Amino acid sequence: MQVPAPFEYERATSVDQAIGLLERLGSSARLVAGGHSLLPMMKLRLANFEYLIDINDLHGELGYIRLGADEVRIGAMTRHRELLESDALAQVFPVFRDAEKVIADPIVRNRGTLGGSLCQADPSEDLSAVCTTLDASCVIRGANGERVVSMEEFHVGPYETAVADNEILTEIRIPVKSGKSGSAYAKVERRAGDWAVVSAGAAIWLDDKGHIHDARVGLAAVGPNTTGIPEISAALRGHEPDESLFELAGAIAARSCDPSTDTRGSAEYKRHLADELTRRTLRKAVERARS
Amino acid sequence: MQVTVTVNGVEYTKEIEGRLLLVHFLRDTLGLTGTHWGCDTSNCGTCVVWMDGEPVKSCTVLAAMAGGREVRTVEGLANGAELDPIQEGFRQCHGLQCGFCTPGMLMTCRHLLDKNPDPTEGEIREAISGQICRCTGYSSIVRSVRWAAVHEAEAAETKEEAVAQ
Ligand SMILES: Cc1cc2nc3c(=O)[nH]c(=O)nc-3n(C[C@H](O)[C@H](O)[C@H](O)COP(=O)(O)OP(=O)(O)OC[C@H]3O[C@@H](n4cnc5c(N)ncnc54)[C@H](O)[C@@H]3O)c2cc1C
Ligand code: FES
Ligand code: FES
Repeated sequence: MQVPAPFEYERATSVDQAIGLLERLGSSARLVAGGHSLLPMMKLRLANFEYLIDINDLHGELGYIRLGADEVRIGAMTRHRELLESDALAQVFPVFRDAEKVIADPIVRNRGTLGGSLCQADPSEDLSAVCTTLDASCVIRGANGERVVSMEEFHVGPYETAVADNEILTEIRIPVKSGKSGSAYAKVERRAGDWAVVSAGAAIWLDDKGHIHDARVGLAAVGPNTTGIPEISAALRGHEPDESLFELAGAIAARSCDPSTDTRGSAEYKRHLADELTRRTLRKAVERARS
Repeated sequence: MQVTVTVNGVEYTKEIEGRLLLVHFLRDTLGLTGTHWGCDTSNCGTCVVWMDGEPVKSCTVLAAMAGGREVRTVEGLANGAELDPIQEGFRQCHGLQCGFCTPGMLMTCRHLLDKNPDPTEGEIREAISGQICRCTGYSSIVRSVRWAAVHEAEAAETKEEAVAQ
């Protein structure tokens, strides 16, 4: 029987009160959102804390998807199921629905949250790859107010983020750029609901002439953190999208990533997937941008 | 710590440890052993119960997290001696063999039918994709859910006719 080591349970009733608790309890306390990454780790005694602060009651305050003209804001307590079911979000950024369909299973998706996913900072995390693809920024709140960091700054290392012990991630902001855009996500997994062997997200913005104004690719499970690849963006900008360009992007992805051989596959196979999934998602993103 | 949870409409107040998992609270503290406990790793789904109307894997929820919320377990499906249509479907179509996965399957499929009264085979398979059955095979579970869908629709029609008359 797997049971976490003993801890004191506290329940937060507001973001400010959660920050107050974190201030008081310091590094001996940890927030728990959906609990679907943290509780399994605590059951295996890979993580132990003296206090757990349950933030599920903050869903009212931090569970939302707000679409603005130049920005989409999503609250940290928004659950996977809500991201999957939002037609409005799928309209602007179809990459979210593509990814959510292949994250875990419907029951896990009822609990797991966007904030928990990003803060877990697992290199195989799908929503981190999505947020990297979309050039999202993260809003972190502490006793002294808010700060906003990019995804690159947010992920400090595997399982490590820029969120300090006395802070909470409250919101993700995604820029909405003008012009036609499209995005897509693809994942290769060993069985339904499993973590990625490799996954890729792509987003494309086209100008009036149908040329690539900007393009971004984010990969998961092929390095210490989910990785955005600036070299791909640079290679694609200004060109008319076609198959040879996707091939070039795939080749860059394969050579820029840093996979390791494990039970999910060899490094060589993962590089092959990074190439193939980059091409596939770019193709789909362009198709969506044009339609 | 003290926790108050409503399970199948009955309010229970108990003294528990913060680390107690909901599945053990139901089975050991309350003696409601209908909910099963299998993989312990959120993969098999035999521990699925509803919390505030949504199916959750109770091996990955703290009992304390259920405080002030409404839980529904497999014991809450039947109305006295009358089985819920989903239970009757599993009985009619051989939806279980050893029965180990059944409580979780029933809770997930009941929720599916409440949201989508006429699910396709694909939708049923997607709904139970986070759950494992090692015996019966999924085909007869799909048939069982379809049985319940068809019979619920028929029952609703009969009721409407009766009201009309
Ligand atoms: C069976 C199974 C399969 C899964 N498959 C996949 C998959 O295919 N792809 C995938 O991407 N994920 C998968 N997951 C993980 C799932 O998406 C988790 O729900 C998610 O990683 C964590 O979200 P959570 O809300 O449960 O976080 P929790 O477990 O509650 O928290 C995770 C960490 O984040 C911290 N945290 C949470 N919220 C905040 C906040 N607002 N501010 C600061 N810190 C915070 C916590 O302190 C903790 O350290 C799977 C999980 C399970 C159990
Ligand atoms: S015991 Fe909970 S999912 Fe297997
Ligand atoms: S009936 Fe035996 S595991 Fe499903």
